[in-house]
Amino acid sequence: MAYEMQFQPVLNYAPDLIDGTVTTLVLASQSIALGVILGGLGAIGRTEGPSWLSIAISTYVEVFRNTPLLVQLFLVFFALPMIGLQVPVMVAAVLAMALNLGAYATEIIRAGIVAIPKAQIEAGLSLGLSRFQIIRHIIFIPALMIIYPALTSQLTLTLLGTSIASAISAAELSSAASVIESKTFRSLETYITIALIYISLTFMFRFLYWIIGKILFHRKVVTSKNVVEDPLLTGAGA
Amino acid sequence: MIQTFSWDHVIFLLRGATWTLSLSIISFLVGGAVALLLAPLRVLGPSPVRASISGYVQIVQATPLLIVVFLAFYGLSFLNIHLPPLFAAGISLSIYSSAFLIEIWRGCIQAIGRPQWEAGDALALSLVQQLRYIILPQAFRIAIPPTVGFMVQVVKNTSVVALIGFVELTRAGQLLNNITFQPFAVFLTVAAIYFCVCFPLSLTSKYLSWRINVAHR
Repeated sequence: MAYEMQFQPVLNYAPDLIDGTVTTLVLASQSIALGVILGGLGAIGRTEGPSWLSIAISTYVEVFRNTPLLVQLFLVFFALPMIGLQVPVMVAAVLAMALNLGAYATEIIRAGIVAIPKAQIEAGLSLGLSRFQIIRHIIFIPALMIIYPALTSQLTLTLLGTSIASAISAAELSSAASVIESKTFRSLETYITIALIYISLTFMFRFLYWIIGKILFHRKVVTSKNVVEDPLLTGAGA
Repeated sequence: MIQTFSWDHVIFLLRGATWTLSLSIISFLVGGAVALLLAPLRVLGPSPVRASISGYVQIVQATPLLIVVFLAFYGLSFLNIHLPPLFAAGISLSIYSSAFLIEIWRGCIQAIGRPQWEAGDALALSLVQQLRYIILPQAFRIAIPPTVGFMVQVVKNTSVVALIGFVELTRAGQLLNNITFQPFAVFLTVAAIYFCVCFPLSLTSKYLSWRINVAHR
């Protein structure tokens, strides 16, 4: 018996889909903002800080990069209340995702900082550039340009990683999918719809990164990653 | 009855871990086989083939793994294809691995400079011979570190199939958490087991890429 696809029952739940999408976007953007800040601090601490700090940060990085996001999510969500910290689902989700992204971002941003040769800073000094000008034109922008492909693909992975948050019942897109699926019994159509939404979100974010890169660098932007250069920089998947 | 987290439970987790390992190996081998076929085609094939492989990679990489798993497990059963959880998990993880491996290996093939191809041409080697004797051996060498590094992701990605009820390491942890109510002990042990599998892989990858960089210096 042939199966007939019917998307109408799924589309009847459009408000749930929209709510889920909005929650996913909120979750992703908060995690990305926090995670990148964390990564920036981590990278500076690791390259400039005292050795105890650098060891502490690299331990954090290795621990979070070598365990699954889902387990980190469970630890934050189930274990924090045990030590008396009762956090709402969304906070736990953002916290876990930001810590996860922070670990990857630390390594990525550190690679960018290390890649700027000291001689370039000295060249800037000898041209009479101010401290701020040196940080902006010689360190920040070129370093960001080097790491941009790796960083943006990691951010995309964070966006997709938010789907895992449905496991601790955060009401984002994937959990909306489960709800709709259990109401309509149209699993295939539900998950195809959800997949399409995620794909459009991803392309939207990639476009956004491209625009930001265009504004920051004033030249050709590469947003696809070149994994060969450093395989460990980006982590694929959950 | 609430149990206390004990040695027996660690054994239970380790048994879950064997499933995590089996799934990782299956999805790496199957995904790797697909990628081995598609990566050279992605570089050298006729343009419609290149475009469709690139489309496949783009779409898989823009879909959360969880949704791919759900599609394989819940979705296909409606098309009268009933996959046991092991197959659904294995297939979806393989698809995911293949998309990323195609990209990694494509980069490795493209990293081999044009002069190498031209040298092969000058020696009157056929395209297949150029690939077989000149390009792939060199690409293979630089592909090893990122591939080992990607194995870490494969292992970690298997945790997602816990959400369709496949009892691997993470799901075993969830089950134990439900009967012991000791999430700290349970999930820290789970995390430690993952770490013991992944960290050596990360270190190996780092060491291998360091060695290649030194050789090129």
